[in-house]
Amino acid sequence: MRVTFPHMGNLHIPLKAIFRTLDVEVAVPPPTSKRTLTLGSKYGPEFACLPLKLNLGNFIEASELGADTVVMAGGCGPCRFGYYAQIEKAILKDLGYDLQFIVFEPPESHIFELPAKIRQIAGRNSWWRIVQAIRFGYQKALAVDETEKSALFIRPREKIPGSTDEAYRRSLDLIDCASSPGELAAARKNAREIMDRVARDPKQPVLKVGFVGEIYTLLEPFANLDLERHLGRLGVEVDRSIYLSDWVNEHLFHGLVRGTATGKKARSASSPYLRHFVGGHGQETIGEAVLYARGGYDGVIQVYPFTCMPEIIAQSILPDVGRDYDTHSLTFIMDENTGEAGMVTRLEAFTDLLARKKEMKEAL
Amino acid sequence: MPVKVGIPRALLYYYYYPLWKSFFEGLGARVVLSSPSTKKILTEGLKSAVDEICLPVKLTFGHVLDLADKADLIFLPRLISIKKKEYICPKFLGLPDMVRRLAGIPPLIDVNINRYKGNNEICLAAKEVGRLFTSNSFKIWRAYRNSLKVQKHYFRLLQLGLLPADALAVLENRVKNEPLPDPGEITVALLGHPYNIHDPFISMNIVGRLKTMGANVKTAENLPGKTVRSYAAGLPKKLFWTLGMRMMGAALHYLDRSDINGMIHVTAFGCGPDSMTGELIERRARASGMPFLNLTLDEHTGEAGVITRLEAFLDMVRWRMAGTSPCYPTYL
Repeated sequence: MRVTFPHMGNLHIPLKAIFRTLDVEVAVPPPTSKRTLTLGSKYGPEFACLPLKLNLGNFIEASELGADTVVMAGGCGPCRFGYYAQIEKAILKDLGYDLQFIVFEPPESHIFELPAKIRQIAGRNSWWRIVQAIRFGYQKALAVDETEKSALFIRPREKIPGSTDEAYRRSLDLIDCASSPGELAAARKNAREIMDRVARDPKQPVLKVGFVGEIYTLLEPFANLDLERHLGRLGVEVDRSIYLSDWVNEHLFHGLVRGTATGKKARSASSPYLRHFVGGHGQETIGEAVLYARGGYDGVIQVYPFTCMPEIIAQSILPDVGRDYDTHSLTFIMDENTGEAGMVTRLEAFTDLLARKKEMKEAL
Repeated sequence: MPVKVGIPRALLYYYYYPLWKSFFEGLGARVVLSSPSTKKILTEGLKSAVDEICLPVKLTFGHVLDLADKADLIFLPRLISIKKKEYICPKFLGLPDMVRRLAGIPPLIDVNINRYKGNNEICLAAKEVGRLFTSNSFKIWRAYRNSLKVQKHYFRLLQLGLLPADALAVLENRVKNEPLPDPGEITVALLGHPYNIHDPFISMNIVGRLKTMGANVKTAENLPGKTVRSYAAGLPKKLFWTLGMRMMGAALHYLDRSDINGMIHVTAFGCGPDSMTGELIERRARASGMPFLNLTLDEHTGEAGVITRLEAFLDMVRWRMAGTSPCYPTYL
């Protein structure tokens, strides 16, 4: 058995750690690229959302590396993600790729299938070892998140352009290479030091923007055309509303660890604008936008893949939040035709607007 | 003067109008419908809805605005789930929140209708709505029971092969005694959300056109729920969208039937659930050799283009039936 999985930001780092600890052979798909997208949009349904197409491309590229089993998450609606695996399997079958799918459905509806599925992957490993592996993976996710957060903080303040990205890449490599919890602790410490060593300019004026929207486009730099990096270069500190460990905690551990408080807080903040959950992270998008506005952020940027249902609802309500709290929001809709240059122009205009508004506020 | 309750002629109006009407009338209210869809209604909807949303929801915005000065209250429930463990579509979940933002509309009756966990919730919803009109619990209960009876009758008429517009005419006793049209020589299955295919404006009267072109039309509404469900149960995973599941089950059923000569799938541009179910239906149709046409509708769709494609599709079906062109492609 050679296992593969879809890319989503740095998800491959913790997943690889889990599978390696269990001695399962892994074929990590090549980093998501133009080719992945081309394959996905050629064979995927025309109006399917971007993540489905990219996943499909990942699987095709992974099976070229010899993968024969796909491990991914499922869901029970109303967001389309819950039916991804079934559609992708049907498409791959018609294309002649013989991939086996192991889909982890949310525990509330399929609790009894879970142990059997874990056994299918883990083989003869003891349950103790499986728990250790998952814990190790989760710790890696936490380490990755810490690095991402510090990169978001440092990038707008860096003295030498590009130095943050360099440090960020090196830190992630260190975390990725750690093969035991002991090594990981050392790698985490080293990564922190590398990030701290990036030279910064404390007097640099920095805008603060909240980053909300659909989770895949938030986490995957290829899907959002490196939006965070572009914003950083424009002197904007980005606060992302969701990180990898939040997602793992929410979907795979069902909020057992901690941190579900953030989701709950966002959901309760979304009233009276959006009073019911609408699938995906639609309600959280509105709630987070409210929390950012209350927290004194200069603006909010929403991203989502074209035709994403929950986020469309959020987008149509988002202007009300801006009106009530006197903040601005900008929405980017991603699909295979979105161009980077157009996005950068809009980002520049948006940051100019926010900077001017901030200046005027300070002058008063 | 009875309270006027406005019901937009959109979305699940095509399924539940008889129920809603009888319920509100049982409570002593008067039911006002928005006018049939027109270019003007759609344009109004387009102006106030966000660009990204699908055509039927934009049209709903227009219908709500049409009711603005006709009704005292607008019935726009939050249809979360109409069947256990299923949803309809995220857009139905957020609809009242999106519509509430419109300026100058009467208050909404935006009760939650949620059968995700079971059936009891629906009685609670009926009670909640009933309390707005009367404090007499018995009256609410009677109106609710009666409305269920009417609804059952309506569904039975649909299963007899009537289309929603005809079934409503029977219920309201306004059937014109016209001779039945000659049955067409071919039968096509028309699959799509009821609010797309049964709205003559949005669908450019696809049902009527197919009939004048000599085709009988069968839709998912003509099948009993049991049949649809048993066919949909053959899927690798249960579909969690009620309407998508209906279409899927109906498609699988019609693919099995020898009296169906072709299949037309109508979808609105950017419809989320259809992008998935449509893909599965198309793959199944291709595997079984059924002629298949996929029509995508949006606010720009030109009538002429739709007619040409329908004509070409029916020609293809006829040639295949006559056996004159076995090598003709089954796809347009």
